Amino acid sequence: MISSETVPDDARRHKADRESDQAMAVRSVTIDKQRAEVFAFFRDFKNLARFMENIERVDVVDATHSHWVVKAPAGHVVEWDSVLTAEEPDRLLAWETGPGAEIKNHGRVEFRDAPGDRGTELHATIVYEPPAGALGKIVATLFQKEPGIQAKRDLRRLKMLLETGEIATTEYPDAAPRFKKSDAPEEAKAAETR
Amino acid sequence: MRAVTWHGKHDVRVDTVPDPKIVNPHDIIIKTTATAICGSDLHLYDGVIPTMVSGDILGHEFMGEVVEVGPEVTNLKVGDRVVNPFTIACGQCFHCKSSFFSACENSNPADKAPMMEALYGYAGSGLFGYSHMMGGYAGGQAEYVRIPFGNVGPIKIPEGLDDEQVLFLSDIFPTAYQAAENCNIQKGDTIAIWGMGPVGQLCVKSAFLLGAEQVIAIDHRGPRLEMAKASGAEAINFEEVKVNPALQEMTGGRGPDHCIDCVGLEAHGWSVDNVWDFVKTTLKLSFDRPHVLRQAIIACKPGGTLSIPGVYGGLLDKVPFGAAFGKGLTFKMGQTNMHKYLAPLLERIQKGEIDPGFIISHRLDLESAPEGYKNFHDNQDEWTKVVLRPN
Repeated sequence: MISSETVPDDARRHKADRESDQAMAVRSVTIDKQRAEVFAFFRDFKNLARFMENIERVDVVDATHSHWVVKAPAGHVVEWDSVLTAEEPDRLLAWETGPGAEIKNHGRVEFRDAPGDRGTELHATIVYEPPAGALGKIVATLFQKEPGIQAKRDLRRLKMLLETGEIATTEYPDAAPRFKKSDAPEEAKAAETR
Repeated sequence: MRAVTWHGKHDVRVDTVPDPKIVNPHDIIIKTTATAICGSDLHLYDGVIPTMVSGDILGHEFMGEVVEVGPEVTNLKVGDRVVNPFTIACGQCFHCKSSFFSACENSNPADKAPMMEALYGYAGSGLFGYSHMMGGYAGGQAEYVRIPFGNVGPIKIPEGLDDEQVLFLSDIFPTAYQAAENCNIQKGDTIAIWGMGPVGQLCVKSAFLLGAEQVIAIDHRGPRLEMAKASGAEAINFEEVKVNPALQEMTGGRGPDHCIDCVGLEAHGWSVDNVWDFVKTTLKLSFDRPHVLRQAIIACKPGGTLSIPGVYGGLLDKVPFGAAFGKGLTFKMGQTNMHKYLAPLLERIQKGEIDPGFIISHRLDLESAPEGYKNFHDNQDEWTKVVLRPN
């Protein structure tokens, strides 16, 4: 491959050029905050549930171990233990799931200074090894078939939270009311069918 | 509360919907006192903007009284009277800090932004009442509105100015002003402006405010051209006059220095290219009808600017790019960077340099909104601008 190594794995057209044939997300975001601040926020793993949509909570067990509780479709919950496999302060975090995890995954997040004082680039690589069968299907739905989509959404939410202190939402009804027939007052429903 | 809702092409209703609530710390809720129907709302009315959902609340030009503030709001308090910009900006991201507010990176929710990224390769800022790819925010043609980033967007209106003087700070006055400013008008310049709707009218005023020598207004509706003439513009009715030869001769053979397209994606008229575009659009082969853009490229003086505040949504066909290239034209376009203009334009209104309220033709209560949409769409000679009064 003539293209640079920095080209993400899932942007490579030919399977032969990819490092892995597993479900993989390589996504990045630029956050207009200092690298140390972004790293510190991310390193406190209980914060992950604040911006990762599918994470119900992360319990920090000790310096390198944490327990993840992840929302799955139809009210199911998937849990696994995660082990920190590498840490370079303000630069890199890598993890893998512990023995017996239902959904094996590993990944790394790199933190780099963006050029020209534009904050911090966060580069995330997440690899899932979905099991076959029913659970495999749950995983596929959970990570939206294309795990990159979920990763991108979560990184966007992290950026919002760190830059503005909140995550933009237009969820019905409080954040964004709209007319929904099922919730409409009786007289409005009657008017609809008249 | 009562709100104006979209239910499909040419189907606008007034429904009872839930009240909005404070959900984020920088939110405010306002009780709407005045809200207008925008020309770009007619694109929604015509069903040409994708990702609308039946039941969505319309409206992005609105103002009102603050009735509730989130815990992190420091610039406003309950009881303040505010005008709200139609684009939502966080004020904290790289683009906001560069005054490129229309590309705010943090106001289009993470579950909505990918729609726009897939279509356009970027996700712009959230907009009020303007489709789900633009964020899915509820619009302002309603009794109450939740406004995010209360410290950054809404501007407090001082005593002594009435609603109709300041309402258009919410969109069309800054939009028109930015379009004129994008032309970087120099002494002696002639500006040609296509489309004498409300933005076009305010664009005529803005071009003069910024020092234009001559403004030429192009449209086919008599009353609208008369209004532009009253602001000091020369008028070309394209049904009576061949536009490009007229522009050449009215500028000593030079052509207009800069051209402004205040029409956008649904240009009227029955020239050959426009009929062809209409056929394609009707058959869903193409989105936009860029007749004005083509004409403006051919009209514009070499080295000039083509400033485009008119909304485009999709693909353009048969744009004379060779002429644009040969003339070395500069194209300036995009959603308005609203937050940059609110304070300076409020000051111009306060000083009496301009009163944008002159474009209002009709005032209705909220319940009459469907009638307002229909007439603004069908009877554009008489209906130049509709203001709704929800409370």
